[in-house]
Amino acid sequence: MAFLTRINGRDSHEPPAPGQCLRTYLRQQGWFGVKKGCDTGDCGACTVHVDGVPVHSCLYPAHRAHGRTVTTVEGLATDGQLQPVQRAFLNAHAFQCGYCTPGFVMTAAALTPTQLRALPESLKGNLCRCTGYRVIEEAVRDAHRPQAAATGAASRDEDASADAAVVCGIAPFTLDTPAPTGMLHIRLVRSPHRHARITAIDTEAAQAMPGVHAVLTHQDAPAVRFSTALQERTSDNPADTRLLDDVVRHVGQRVAVVVADSPAAAEDACRRVRVTYDVLPAVTDPDQALRAGATRVHPSGNLAHRLHTVVGDIELGLAQADAVHTQTYKTHRVQHTALECHATRAWRDEDGRLHVHTTTQSPHLTRRHLCAVFGLQPHQVQVTAARLGGAFGGKQEMLTEDIAVLAVLRTGRPVQLEYTRTEELTATTTRHPFHVTVTAGARRDGTLTALKVRVVADTGAYGNHGPAVLQVACAEALSLYRCANITVDGYSVYTHNVPSGAFRGYGIGQMAFAVESALDELAHTLALDPLTLREHAYLRPGETSPLADGDQPAPTADTGLTDVLRTLRTVRDRRPPPSSAAVDARCLIGQGLAVTAQSTHPSDGHITQVIAQLRPDGDYDLITGPPEFGTRATDLLRHTAATALATSPGHIHFRCADTDLLDHDTGGFASTGATLGTQAVQRACRQLREQLLALAADRTGADAAACRLEGDVVHCGDRRLPLNELHATARHEGEPLRAIGRAEPCTGPSPLAVNAHWFRIAVHPETGALTILDSVHVADAGTVLNEASCNGQIHGAIAQGIGTTLWENLSTEPDGRITTQDLRSYTIPQLADIPDTEIHFCRPTTPDRGPKPLGEGPFNPIAPALANALRDATGIRFTTLPLRADMVWAALHQHRGGQL
Amino acid sequence: MKRVDLTSVREVVDSRRDLPWARGDAWLAGGTFLFAEPQPGLVRLRDLTAMGRQPLTVTEQGLSVAATCTIAELLAFAEDGPGAWPRARETIAQCCRAFSSSPKVWSTATVGGNICLALPAAPMISLAVAFDAVLELRSLDGDGRVVPAAEFVTGAGRTVLRPGEVLRSLVLPSSVLGLRSGMRRAALRPQGRSAAVVTGIHDPVTQRLTIGITAAVSRPVTVSFPSVPSADRMRRSVLHALPMHLIVDDVHGLPAWRRHLAVHLAEEVRQHLMAQE
Repeated sequence: MAFLTRINGRDSHEPPAPGQCLRTYLRQQGWFGVKKGCDTGDCGACTVHVDGVPVHSCLYPAHRAHGRTVTTVEGLATDGQLQPVQRAFLNAHAFQCGYCTPGFVMTAAALTPTQLRALPESLKGNLCRCTGYRVIEEAVRDAHRPQAAATGAASRDEDASADAAVVCGIAPFTLDTPAPTGMLHIRLVRSPHRHARITAIDTEAAQAMPGVHAVLTHQDAPAVRFSTALQERTSDNPADTRLLDDVVRHVGQRVAVVVADSPAAAEDACRRVRVTYDVLPAVTDPDQALRAGATRVHPSGNLAHRLHTVVGDIELGLAQADAVHTQTYKTHRVQHTALECHATRAWRDEDGRLHVHTTTQSPHLTRRHLCAVFGLQPHQVQVTAARLGGAFGGKQEMLTEDIAVLAVLRTGRPVQLEYTRTEELTATTTRHPFHVTVTAGARRDGTLTALKVRVVADTGAYGNHGPAVLQVACAEALSLYRCANITVDGYSVYTHNVPSGAFRGYGIGQMAFAVESALDELAHTLALDPLTLREHAYLRPGETSPLADGDQPAPTADTGLTDVLRTLRTVRDRRPPPSSAAVDARCLIGQGLAVTAQSTHPSDGHITQVIAQLRPDGDYDLITGPPEFGTRATDLLRHTAATALATSPGHIHFRCADTDLLDHDTGGFASTGATLGTQAVQRACRQLREQLLALAADRTGADAAACRLEGDVVHCGDRRLPLNELHATARHEGEPLRAIGRAEPCTGPSPLAVNAHWFRIAVHPETGALTILDSVHVADAGTVLNEASCNGQIHGAIAQGIGTTLWENLSTEPDGRITTQDLRSYTIPQLADIPDTEIHFCRPTTPDRGPKPLGEGPFNPIAPALANALRDATGIRFTTLPLRADMVWAALHQHRGGQL
Repeated sequence: MKRVDLTSVREVVDSRRDLPWARGDAWLAGGTFLFAEPQPGLVRLRDLTAMGRQPLTVTEQGLSVAATCTIAELLAFAEDGPGAWPRARETIAQCCRAFSSSPKVWSTATVGGNICLALPAAPMISLAVAFDAVLELRSLDGDGRVVPAAEFVTGAGRTVLRPGEVLRSLVLPSSVLGLRSGMRRAALRPQGRSAAVVTGIHDPVTQRLTIGITAAVSRPVTVSFPSVPSADRMRRSVLHALPMHLIVDDVHGLPAWRRHLAVHLAEEVRQHLMAQE
């Protein structure tokens, strides 16, 4: 019986492989709207309809599609008309990166009225890591309202069409284009040991397997050591990593590379690579790794970085205090869990030039790294990135690109390396776990007299981002405290754990958990409202932090910090207490807050470049470095350019993330899209405008001052010069109308950007379950250019904060193996887990007008605010994350005198 | 490591074909487990869903549920009131909703598949144990036998099934479906994997109360009382029935907490059943 399935109205006769799932079958047939997120039926990104019923296509045996009708997101719109759910997602901007959107749309489109009434349950099979779900919930409800289909005609604007591509599932992510002819697949052999020397690798049996083209080991890899971290100043990171090493330093480290016709053939061959290990002693506890005589992770020792800062006299400060609190706080290992896994395609063109298409936050720094590792010149390599399916710092590393390039160089064929969810969770990077010992002293009114901090950060097997994270934690994170006596000791320590790396917050959240918890304890001891204590403990407008930010001057508080506290007090005090009907009478109720700050400008030497150029049709190209990954920086920059060029955003054509278009750009992280990006765009557009006016003046003989740019013409007195004619003129004269704008962090003191969060919670004494009753966030975001997109960033950051505070935990066995290897054991928030948050913005008067960073800040106060609320509810200070229900119960049980 | 496709599988066959059981064979029901986990060495899938069996049949003996009945079909039956056994239906619906997986999985996952996996948190085991279901098994040569639900699971992932033997159906006896029933569950998160599930059946005539404990334990545990016990007696009996070595220890909850939850939920079920009087 011949196989037949009907996909989006087209018959497909190609039979699937016997054990194939529908997801891979559909993508093989070119339906790239079917996304891979988890391959365990947990994330829902691959949702399709089979005979009208929504299913997780990764769990659906492909052979069962025989005789059935399959609809993917590409087939949902009919006759060019968006389905109401697509329309609602488009109108509400109910996505950021957009990777989960096809799955949400397919699920929501098939909801029954009963399921619509129970969205927390009906949408529990769809995960979004970016939005925090509120906007998704609104869009789903909107779509099912009777009048839904009629509302909101699509705008003709280009950003709307980019958004429409997302809701239709046709916006291409990295692997959503047909594979180059003859493309091979890469799978990796990984270390089962924490620490071992490889004494032999026998690849013969693997090489002999059918379909295998190459098996590569450390003997094939360049000897050069580098850091996987992508940062402007390469020297900020220790060069401690080899592409393939003869020493493994964590379970999951890559040991050998198999290149084969299919992922299955490559994986089969991986099992036949025989590796002989000389297993060595290992150290996975960072405190032990610091001790003299500890097993060395690297020949240089276990210290990746160390900091020591003294301001004032800590002993004097402690003597002046009316209350002193000392405690050690510990944060755990958590993972970014962007819905899109790391993936790279690489190939060589006829001229031998390398092309690398990859999931990176920085194409230019990836090119720089590849050139350094393989001894290439920048013009020999092109690195491009598509829209990213989430990043959160996880794609500020070179993790797959070097392997792919090695495979291209050895086989001469196009290759692809796509990580599985298990590889994401066990062998990419994580947030740095911190141990922080705080001693804080305060006077009766809340004035801080002493702050002593000792930080041990576990950077794992490699030091990528280790020094910079420690630096940010030890300076920037403490920059809001007004204290004359501060001592900071920081250690970034190598261990035989999976490497830590860049993660949203970049060290601030971990430090804030410790210090903001300590401040809360001082408030309890001094019987002060925690908010009153903070009014005394934080900088006042115009005051400068006593801690310098690396080689930058110390940041300065504008009116934002005090405004945030004032607003938080007003909003908190007007929230009504929880009604007795809403909360189980047995529950313990408590409230808590925390405030965090970061510098408005990054101190990492960030360089942002933008090109604005006139096109033959009289429109403009705007070229930027980083890819789009949901921050809506693209929209923001297009609108900024449109304003500067006196035109509408529809005439600005955005191109990005291609090293051939710009000579350099640091990349998309530290919220620089909004801050440095807008500056660079303004500079580029201003220059271009001057060029246009000068040329127009020259052509017409008018005074340049009398020329005016408006829409698609330059007015010179009473003459109108259309821009397309100007372009033709310029081309004729060989002088393209093109300008480069460049922005770097200003060298003066950076203003603080501040985020504050307040929670009221209920804790069930028998189950330990923590329910959030009230959630309020106040952000000092500087100039708010797009409130909806800022709200989206905040909701998303809060959701990630709640997940990583309450239960997410990359569970690591003593043997170094991570046991949470899929999204049913490493669980991230669902719609049901995230409460609504009341959000307020403060708009301080600051000399440095413009937007402040918002991508990371709102994440940072969540953990301490929840811990402080839990302290208020239970009387117990939780010093270790996560605050999981079973652990909360265990603490309550012991507090009541029970034994475990 | 999770593999995308089951690449070792060479063949999918109709389960009705008369083929000897071979190494690398596996019954394929909904597929939502087989395709979610690594299945090394799997060579042939024997597809049960082609059998086209009636998912649910109400008889005088009770409710017969085909092993291939999907969770969605059972839930629809439970919620399709009014009908016989209104209280039991409510408990059946609660068990269907106890899956940490999504309603989209319920459309293809089967009752039999869930039971045969024998995972501690399998909601259909909670259901079968609660209602004292009788499981009908059949071997490849057609021999049948019946096993009480409480005896089917012998440990985490282990059952009394022999190689090639398949679960055909389960019968929930009407004598139990007519009684008072209740179910409570707890998890690290509201929609998360169950850390403890407690079911209860109370016979208002004989006063007998039977408590079923699942999810917290590596195999189902039942505790029976000739009459409704006091809170204290319930607590002591449940604790006695749950030695620590039976308690599940994984990332979904600490063992001490799970044991405490079983006690706490048993008391909630007891109060719920008493309130039905």
